[in-house]
Amino acid sequence: MYNLLIGGAAGQGVDTTAAILEKSFKASGYNVFSVKDFMSRVRGGHNFSLIRFGTTEIVSHSTIIDGIIALDDDTVRLHKDRLKASGFILCDIKLQTTDKRAIKINMTQMAKEIGNPRVAGSILVGAILKLFDESLAHIEKVLKTSVKINYLPMNNAAVKAGYNAVKKHFSHINGNYAGHMLISGTEAVAMGAVAAGLKFYSAYPMSPSTGIMEALAAKSNKAEIVVEQAEDEIAAVNMAIGASYAGACSMTGTSGGGFSLMVEALGLSGIAEIPLVVIDVQRPGPATGLPTRTEQSDLLFVKSASQGEFPRMVIALRNAQDAFYQTMRAFDIAERYQMPVILLSDQYLGDALSTVELFDPQRIKPAKPLFSYTGKNEYLRYAYTKSGISPRLIPGKSDQVVIIDSDEHDEQGHITESAEVRTQMVNKRMKKLTGLYHELIEPDFIGNNDFSILLLGWGSIWGPLKEAVDLLNQNTSKKYAALIFGDIYPLPTKLLKEKANQADSIINVEQNATGQLAKLIREETSITIDNSILKYDGRQLSGEEIARQIMGRDVL
Amino acid sequence: MNNKFCTYETAWCPGCGNFAIIDCLKTALTELGKKPSEVLVAAGIGQAAKTPQYINANAFCGLHGRSLPAAAAAKIANEDLTVIVNTGDGDSYGEGGNHFLHNIRRNIDITHFVHDNQIYGLTKGQASPTSMLGIVTGVQVDGNFNEPLNPVLLAIAAGAGFVARTFSGRKEHLTKIMKAAINYKGYALVDILQPCVSFNKINTFGWYNKRVYELPSDYDSSNKTTAITTAMEFGDKIPIGILYNKEKPVYHRKNRVLSDGIPLLDKPTSQSVVQELLQNYI
Repeated sequence: MYNLLIGGAAGQGVDTTAAILEKSFKASGYNVFSVKDFMSRVRGGHNFSLIRFGTTEIVSHSTIIDGIIALDDDTVRLHKDRLKASGFILCDIKLQTTDKRAIKINMTQMAKEIGNPRVAGSILVGAILKLFDESLAHIEKVLKTSVKINYLPMNNAAVKAGYNAVKKHFSHINGNYAGHMLISGTEAVAMGAVAAGLKFYSAYPMSPSTGIMEALAAKSNKAEIVVEQAEDEIAAVNMAIGASYAGACSMTGTSGGGFSLMVEALGLSGIAEIPLVVIDVQRPGPATGLPTRTEQSDLLFVKSASQGEFPRMVIALRNAQDAFYQTMRAFDIAERYQMPVILLSDQYLGDALSTVELFDPQRIKPAKPLFSYTGKNEYLRYAYTKSGISPRLIPGKSDQVVIIDSDEHDEQGHITESAEVRTQMVNKRMKKLTGLYHELIEPDFIGNNDFSILLLGWGSIWGPLKEAVDLLNQNTSKKYAALIFGDIYPLPTKLLKEKANQADSIINVEQNATGQLAKLIREETSITIDNSILKYDGRQLSGEEIARQIMGRDVL
Repeated sequence: MNNKFCTYETAWCPGCGNFAIIDCLKTALTELGKKPSEVLVAAGIGQAAKTPQYINANAFCGLHGRSLPAAAAAKIANEDLTVIVNTGDGDSYGEGGNHFLHNIRRNIDITHFVHDNQIYGLTKGQASPTSMLGIVTGVQVDGNFNEPLNPVLLAIAAGAGFVARTFSGRKEHLTKIMKAAINYKGYALVDILQPCVSFNKINTFGWYNKRVYELPSDYDSSNKTTAITTAMEFGDKIPIGILYNKEKPVYHRKNRVLSDGIPLLDKPTSQSVVQELLQNYI
């Protein structure tokens, strides 16, 4: 397995170069996993991408580096201490570093000979492919996906020039992942929504959720989806609810600040029983916080956001597969239970690219509302039923009228202050949870069945925690396991109670300061957690870092 | 004649302008040949916003100030629906002010009837965005000193294609304007002056009745400059009628996905498109 870092100032092309390399490595058979670390600025500062690639499944980033592509001196200064002795630093000759591992090439001169200074990125791509012993078999195809056709010959020439400027440093390993998908959490959410039949997405731009709106907009004409950039998040969520009421499969997305503005409308979806899928791509808060960085600190907020009591579900996305399948499932649950379903992602998961098997959109078939009415009596939008779920008719598709109300209402949908109806309606809505409890998915269990130490996590910590459990079981004498929650509210407790019973010690691992999962577990089950590993600096825990914190030393 | 849209017992005060407004709405819809099941009446919260409760039609009684985005999106989802928003001056111009501005920009084919009584009724008599200077309330104890908003002037300036003002005391005029607004292809704003018998003791039926005058038959409603000048008239004389009326491209024809006229909810995503999009990631 190799780990490559590309660093530079914003605007120097870190993203573009990384994207071409990621696709090239995957095309040659590698499993690729990459993450982005960037500042909230368009020019300057320091941004980097970490590209990890190998021939087995990779689920976490690593900070132990085999190669650095340094676009500026800062990159060398900030990252060289984590570069292995066997590693290299690829950079232009004008960089000042005297590190023995540096491989300097005269990029300016080479680009000049090719005729355009902007081909420097392609020179680096060529050099990297040679350093990692790759062929140039796939590069033309990959370049076509990132470079305008007029510039292709020039960039192909640049790749070749870079390739010929250096010598092989590492050896190629054959992998079987060329036919897999390479997809980010953001794109996987967008594809899950498209596959679920999304017709309307309304949102207001906010990092790190904007990528979902852009991904959907890019597919909107082909998949016939209306993507509406709303004037604010309040409009965005009310639009999604209005379109959903009228029969279009709808969704909105934001980050914590925008979610705060959407809170009242969550209750509207709850009391009016209108399906709503909302994704909160978390970033560190409160208020503006750290806009482009990662955190898992909205769990307790979203599970109780909005006044009053109504049923809802919160699903934490753990990886790219979850991002696709759980997004599809969110639409199904929102429709069947006629309530809000909140998806929790974060910057780490949203921006991380991973190598996954081709998604199967047939695996989940989201429910649809009624487009015609066959009942003999007048249609009652909020008819009392055993399950608490009233058949949902779409307005304008029959001779019946469909009345929804944010006030407490009777079966027809008309405003009421009757004490009896109020109680019956609250009971009807809350009863829907009984059905939901039966279909909750238990957390993922990872690790050794004979464990004595149980780690707990939720959402995007899945990958790093999985790698940590493997590292600990392989390199220490104790036995470890982890439970990682996807369905998180209502909290599935069966497997948790069983595994907690077996554990000598339980440790929660979360990207927040207060241990929100531990609090939720204590509230729901009375299980207390012995120790916590908490990180809230906006940077994601890696598998190695979790293992190091548990052992109090490096495990490798 | 209004039977299809039914009559209900209401929670409004006797003498409220809302009675005339809902009556005219039912007449307008009936005369336009609309069926209850193809009409969606949306509202926020307030006395005016109770309108959907008292008419036999599809109803979306949403959040305070937020009826426009919900109604606009319902129209995006199904353009076969006739979408009407009935709500008050506080809901439309106060809590929902931002949505008011941006739905003018969208120009979705919906009709916005603002029951403008220049006061907050449901919360019992505080100043609204259109309250006149000096009005004393339980909150504005020394008299309102914030300039009132001129909603019709604002709408014309912001680019709305259909802007009208009428008065609940002139039912024939009100019905005529309502029909024209519903028929207009695009966002249509009708600011309906109405008395609040309980909380606005200044802008009474008599106050409005004395001041309103119908625009002359030779009034050129397609001239924006004329419209702006006329919209600014609000004092001893208040013009009522269609202040501005100009054809504009509507959202559904500007949006590529909707441009073919097939309602969005009748466009299921094909499995082959999903597969093709997924293949792009390999």
